[in-house]
Amino acid sequence: MERMTDEQRHAEQAAAHESAAQRGLSQAIAVDAERPKKDLSREKVFELKDVSVRYDGKPAVKEITFDVFKHNITALIGPSGCGKSTLIRCFNRMNDLIPSATVEGEILYHGQDLYGPNVDPVQARKLIGMVFQKPNPFPKSIYHNIAFGPRTLGMKGNMDEIVEKALRGAALWDEVKDRLGDNAYGMSGGQQQRLCIARCIAVEPDVILMDEPCSALDPISTGKIEDLMFELKDEFSIVIVTHNMQQAARVSDMTAFLIVELDADEQNRWGRIVEYDDTEKIFTNPSDPRTEDYVTGKVG
Amino acid sequence: MNDDPPRTERTRLAVAGARATTEAVISGQPRKDVIKNTVFAALLLVAILIALAGLAALLIQAFVKGRPELSLDLFTESGSSDPTIAGFRQAILGSLMLIGGVIVLVVPLGVGAAIYLEEYGSREKWWNRLIELNIQNLAAVPSIIYGILGLGFIVRGPLDLGFTVFAGSITLALLVLPIVIIAAREAIRAVPPSIREGALALGATKWQTIRRQVLPASISGIATGVILAVSRAFGETAPLLLVGAATFVTFDPQFFSGDYTALPVQIFQYATRPQDEFRILSAAGIIVLLVILLAMNSFAIWLRNRYEQKW
Amino acid sequence: MEARDIAASGAAGITRRLEAPSPRYGEKLIYVALFACAILSVLTTTAIVIALIGPTVGFFGDVPVADFLFGTDWAPAFEPASFGVLPLVVGTLSVTLWGMLFAIPLGLGAAIYLSEYANPRVRKVIKPILEILAGIPTVAIGFFAVTFITPEILQTIFPSAGIFLALAGGLGIGLMVIPIIASISEDAMRAVPGGLREGAYAMGATKMRVATRVVFPAALSGIVASIVLAISRAVGETMIVVLAAGSTPNLTFNPIESIQAMTAYIAVTATGEIAQGTIKYDTIFAVGSLLFVMTLILNIISIRFVRRFREVYE
Repeated sequence: MERMTDEQRHAEQAAAHESAAQRGLSQAIAVDAERPKKDLSREKVFELKDVSVRYDGKPAVKEITFDVFKHNITALIGPSGCGKSTLIRCFNRMNDLIPSATVEGEILYHGQDLYGPNVDPVQARKLIGMVFQKPNPFPKSIYHNIAFGPRTLGMKGNMDEIVEKALRGAALWDEVKDRLGDNAYGMSGGQQQRLCIARCIAVEPDVILMDEPCSALDPISTGKIEDLMFELKDEFSIVIVTHNMQQAARVSDMTAFLIVELDADEQNRWGRIVEYDDTEKIFTNPSDPRTEDYVTGKVG
Repeated sequence: MNDDPPRTERTRLAVAGARATTEAVISGQPRKDVIKNTVFAALLLVAILIALAGLAALLIQAFVKGRPELSLDLFTESGSSDPTIAGFRQAILGSLMLIGGVIVLVVPLGVGAAIYLEEYGSREKWWNRLIELNIQNLAAVPSIIYGILGLGFIVRGPLDLGFTVFAGSITLALLVLPIVIIAAREAIRAVPPSIREGALALGATKWQTIRRQVLPASISGIATGVILAVSRAFGETAPLLLVGAATFVTFDPQFFSGDYTALPVQIFQYATRPQDEFRILSAAGIIVLLVILLAMNSFAIWLRNRYEQKW
Repeated sequence: MEARDIAASGAAGITRRLEAPSPRYGEKLIYVALFACAILSVLTTTAIVIALIGPTVGFFGDVPVADFLFGTDWAPAFEPASFGVLPLVVGTLSVTLWGMLFAIPLGLGAAIYLSEYANPRVRKVIKPILEILAGIPTVAIGFFAVTFITPEILQTIFPSAGIFLALAGGLGIGLMVIPIIASISEDAMRAVPGGLREGAYAMGATKMRVATRVVFPAALSGIVASIVLAISRAVGETMIVVLAAGSTPNLTFNPIESIQAMTAYIAVTATGEIAQGTIKYDTIFAVGSLLFVMTLILNIISIRFVRRFREVYE
């Protein structure tokens, strides 16, 4: 069988998604026949036990319990306001930057308490990288953007090689190799986001967190980044927040579905995990009716 | 049910304006109104023109009066009681030394304070609010009070540095420090939080983020603020009178010891002499002073336009 | 595959410990250094107070406070010396008064014009010119006042006037503070929401009416703040009054007489030859303390008005 070009594949996926939305999403997974195999070793990267996050005492997510596995792409999906971004920011201690935020419960990273007394958040962020919703490259050259991390962290080695490796890893090298000195702000949105991914992997993390990385991008760029994720998961473990169900179905190995809960007088709202399972199961045969309602599009 | 609109300040103003307008429109006479309006607009224009005329007169008068003495001798001749050979040499050297000292003091202290207030200090703590209040207040304290501070605290008192350029530099630096702090804070605040998040998420420490991303991105605004502060310090006279720049100096000044003078001070001294030749000299000094200030401010504007970071 | 190369040379066998690789003393040191820079402002204010208080207290050991504050004869160098500060205060207030009478109409006129009438091209020319005026050193303004305003203008109008007049100082100071009033008032007026203006225009109001009856009252707090700030600058100004207003204490608001302002007294006395520890030396600090308190009060009032002006629209 002739190998399809990227464009053809994306076009076919786009067509499939339209019909999938009508028929339920089980079809979406079947279309992508070239999807890489899932790592079934089940080695745990993160273990969450009853994790709750509060802002000024008001809960944002409650009693989250699940495990993230190595070399998997784990997706967090759910309606807006269910605290997916709040939750993912716990994984790399970015919630520390918000003075009103408190984290309860336990998060283990390779068996170590992520919020333990001896833990250095700065070191944690080196090991657990993040790509943000809106691409945020530094207002400097492409080269500097990549080199900043390794230089600042004192990584040894030839900087030119490190930069090239990172750009290749983000599928960006061929596009920018002749203009590494150009300002990153001159790049398109999709390129900037891949630059941010390259920047992230240049410091050789263990985990990459992605907070709605494609929501500000066009479909072609989105497709390129989804392909990139398949390549990256061989070496990194990826956790992705997405409000795009089809993306979660296409890309992830495990999916966590969260919902919004209200308290009695509807003053406060927070997120809670409903189901966490293999992506295929979540989208074809979920255990919880609420999950089924969400993935089939009955509720938004 | 309450039919009245909420009594916010904005509503009250709008209602008052509407009422006034309606009264006027209903009761006004069209022709009278046109005359009144034209006269009013003309008066406004006259107001601006008088202000501009004042500025123009100042500049022209200084130029016309001082022109006879304008020559390179101004820079090489020493201060003297003989107007035919008097110049501004020591004064200019003194001023340059003073602002050299001011720059060295004001950049680290001002930028440091700005970084602390923007990146480290949370407004909840009372001491941070106290610091901000102090800066706001110090920005409005009369310059001669800084002279008293210099006289009582720096020249004499605890620091006891004597009437030296060093003491003068410290005094002027304290005077213009609020300018640098306020400008630097604005420049730092303009850097979007996403830049900081991006750096921190890579495993950079807070200071690494500030030093390697935030400060370089705000350097243009900081530099502009420093130049504005320096040009303010260059033109100041009153504090220097109190910290010893008024002495009659005939040899080149030194930084840490000895007498000194400054350009604005020398201009002042010549201006208070009865002979008209000294008045002319004074005017020439003013021209030199204005030209130097113009150069500094033009440089600041050029710097800002060339290197401004657009987010 | 490219991504694999990265991990093979790096992360695979490397430790994933979360403890800090080094104690990070540098970060704590930096924090302390930056805090020290910021606390300097508090130290400066404290130093000002200390510099003023010592000799002032010594002064009031010799001169009763009531004599100082309410006495009408200022003659510290005479025998017998007299330490009533009112002539200096009145001198300062006189210059300030004449200056404000000159600057307020001109400053507000400029502000209204720039805010309500001027097209962008005109603004682009006039605003920088006002900024230039704001940047003129006060010694140059003082020189202009005494060598031009007094002989050419004032002595023509008032033939009996001498070389030094309160009015000359006042006009110089007025010229100096016009940019302050103009720029802050203009900011306040431009902050008035367009909707208020449009409503009035829609009812057929003229530009003058909108400017005076709608925009001006709406921007009042900002305008008052600018005037109070200008008064504070005027009270604290030295070089203009030293050069143009005179050095004889004179308890009068008469504009064509020569007076001495508080700042002028301090400047002239401190540059003269007086020994430390004498009463005359201490008068510098006593008058300085009074000046500091006056400008402090004015600044507090001004900040209150700025806060009110911000609150209405933010």
